[in-house]
Amino acid sequence: MSFTSTTKFVQPLHLNTTSARSNDHKPFLDPFKPTSFLGSTNKLRFTSLAKSHQANLHRRSAVVAVSEVVKEKKPKSSTNLLITKDEGLVLYEDMILGRAFEDMCAQMYYRGKMFGFVHLYNGQEAVSTGFIKLLKKEDSVVSTYRDHVHALSKGVPARAVMSELFGKTTGCCRGQGGSMHMFSKEHNVLGGFAFIGEGIPVATGAAFTSKYRREVLQEADCDHVTVAFFGDGTCNNGQFFECLNMAALWKLPIVFVVENNLWAIGMSHLRAASDPEIWKKGPAFGMPGVHVDGMDVLKVRDVAKEAVGRARRGEGPTLVECETYRFRGHSLADPDELRDPAEKARYAARDPVTALKKYMIENNLSSEAELKAIEKKIDEVVEEAVEFADESPHPGRSQLLENVFADPKGFGIGPDGRYRCEDPKFTEGTAHV
Amino acid sequence: MATVLHGVGAATALSASKSIDSRKFQLPSRRSLSERKGSFLVVRSDGRMVQGSRALRAEKLITNAVATKADTSAASTASKPGHELLLFEALREGLEEEMDRDPHVCVMGEDVGHYGGSYKVTRGLADKYGDLRVLDTPIAENSFTGMGIGAAMTGLRPIVEGMNMGFLLLAFNQISNNCGMLHYTSGGQFKIPIVIRGPGGVGRQLGAEHSQRLESYFQSIPGIQMVACSTPYNAKGLMKAAIRSENPVILFEHVLLYNLKERIPDEEYICSLEEAEMVRPGEHVTILTYSRMRYHVMQAAKTLVNKGYDPEVIDIRSLKPFDLYTIGNSVKKTHRVLIVEECMRTGGIGASLTNAINENFHDYLDAPVICLSSQDVPTPYAGTLEEWTVVQPAQIVTAVEKLCQ
Repeated sequence: MSFTSTTKFVQPLHLNTTSARSNDHKPFLDPFKPTSFLGSTNKLRFTSLAKSHQANLHRRSAVVAVSEVVKEKKPKSSTNLLITKDEGLVLYEDMILGRAFEDMCAQMYYRGKMFGFVHLYNGQEAVSTGFIKLLKKEDSVVSTYRDHVHALSKGVPARAVMSELFGKTTGCCRGQGGSMHMFSKEHNVLGGFAFIGEGIPVATGAAFTSKYRREVLQEADCDHVTVAFFGDGTCNNGQFFECLNMAALWKLPIVFVVENNLWAIGMSHLRAASDPEIWKKGPAFGMPGVHVDGMDVLKVRDVAKEAVGRARRGEGPTLVECETYRFRGHSLADPDELRDPAEKARYAARDPVTALKKYMIENNLSSEAELKAIEKKIDEVVEEAVEFADESPHPGRSQLLENVFADPKGFGIGPDGRYRCEDPKFTEGTAHV
Repeated sequence: MATVLHGVGAATALSASKSIDSRKFQLPSRRSLSERKGSFLVVRSDGRMVQGSRALRAEKLITNAVATKADTSAASTASKPGHELLLFEALREGLEEEMDRDPHVCVMGEDVGHYGGSYKVTRGLADKYGDLRVLDTPIAENSFTGMGIGAAMTGLRPIVEGMNMGFLLLAFNQISNNCGMLHYTSGGQFKIPIVIRGPGGVGRQLGAEHSQRLESYFQSIPGIQMVACSTPYNAKGLMKAAIRSENPVILFEHVLLYNLKERIPDEEYICSLEEAEMVRPGEHVTILTYSRMRYHVMQAAKTLVNKGYDPEVIDIRSLKPFDLYTIGNSVKKTHRVLIVEECMRTGGIGASLTNAINENFHDYLDAPVICLSSQDVPTPYAGTLEEWTVVQPAQIVTAVEKLCQ
């Protein structure tokens, strides 16, 4: 079975993967098991997953259908390795950046440098890095409220993101967005969206633009792909289903990436979803659905290559479920008392950053010293970002009314017959509107 | 075309046929625009000529094609040049001109394509421009509105049609959070040049859900402009202006006005999104209204004139922001204000307008502003109850008499 063969139709993929999975995970999958409610879900999860993890602690053998693909492919490649040294270093640097940046955010939050809800990405780095590092600059990324690292992976400078978190004018959104609303037109980061699911339609729209440009505007070279990230909680929301339908219907160049970290704040995925296997919803809508170990950047990348390639070739959307875990609470305001310490420990042992490091060293792709140098470099980048953010100015009053309307005439005609935006008080920020 | 729905395989055939269509129609459009440029007279609706210093406003100003006296506003004199059409055809004409002019303009919504729109505003456009430019969407308001926003962020200029304006309540999250706020939260990086439009208002016994007065719901969303059209002339002009605007614009159409007939100019014209329209100049009282209530007001005005009053009727057209200049000049002249709207009484357009007038022109008022709104009830089905829900001409006459005592 190969991944591409599944693109034609639902049935083969469905059957193959289901059987592949059910061998490993019978207890987890069985929908008739009456234990998936109330407080019992933790236990259910542990027993079922623990079994497979004990058996397969090694990274490469984890969860899914796709890992089978990876295994099959491996012997075919000449080097026997999944990445080159240079690729590996890029991935490692990006993951380290994500981790170090988020750790610094936590520090700055507790030091009172940033406020509000700050959701950190620790533990999920393999997903962001695995997908976004494959994209071109023209490709778009749509994120959620947990968006710092997606922006960083897409190339938004750390200082611009940090400064945004500090609420300064030098932030990537001039301090007007904040933690949950990171945007960069230059890097085609179409946003952090703070409500569940609302980013998916926007991503679908960006993918629609790619198709429109190619087919209506006759820009034959427009092969831009949009990647939409969202979590397991979103997969019970209507916009998710509506957009899967539309994207498949019109064969839009989009990849739906589920970062299934098993928890929607305090709601266990198993208590929220009638069928916890999200990837299955892909075939239901006529697109491939793939499950991948989201703690393994190389596997994520392998799947991402296929999915992005499919989209780029105009073959339509893909749904990818990445099983991952967040190492911190939902946000920095979350005491994180609900999740079982054993569950946390088990996933901590699968830390994607450590795993990549191990892989690189074991396969002689890099040395301890070389990776240390990267970590040091990133520490400096993050330190510099904090200094930059700290020294940057707060927004002035005049900024308040800027950017409410793209065309400032939207503020209307004042009592004096002039457009209100022509009023000198407007630019001073003292106008009453 | 009819085979499209049968399977995944058909999707490719579908898109291929679109691209041929669209190519054909892109080229002539740009040319015709430049030929037309500058060929029309620029006069404000209140008759004022445009000064040179207002260059940026000049291109959005309007010729005064709507009759300014009494009851003939919808049916203009037949001797004028131009062509006669219905309001929905005027909207369609505006849409078509803009689609010819700019290939980035596209339409999406329920049944806008093959079916031609629930009120036929997009009739024939799918044949002309292909199924991608006039996109029939599944019934998923929040998602296709969000899709329009995503498309607008990435360079297209979509017009999203709510089959009935009330259905857009299902897209309220996208309209509020993304349409209204995203330009701001992105620090001005992304623009959302989208038009959201559709039939709204109280129709004829359509029941509560299809007879919504949504202006009040949308008006407090920051970053959104709202206009309401009321004549074929301004419907076309506002449609074109809304499409060209960089701001997200909600264009309110009224279900009962689609079949209004009027003669409109053959030359290209465009209305200002921020400007009110002087419908009938007068001296005694300023009546501010919009959309369908304009016709109830004009009916009342006939009676009032017979009774010796000389009301000034202004169609405010721009529901957000208000054209306080035109409104203010009128208040300064008449010193009395009556607002007539179909919107809800609580938190409606009239409430906001009353406040704006009190804040800005309090010293010019000889009497408190009176605001006639529809009743705060779910629109009833029964004809009699429905009639009592919205403001009737007799109430307008009474209110004016009271104001002018």
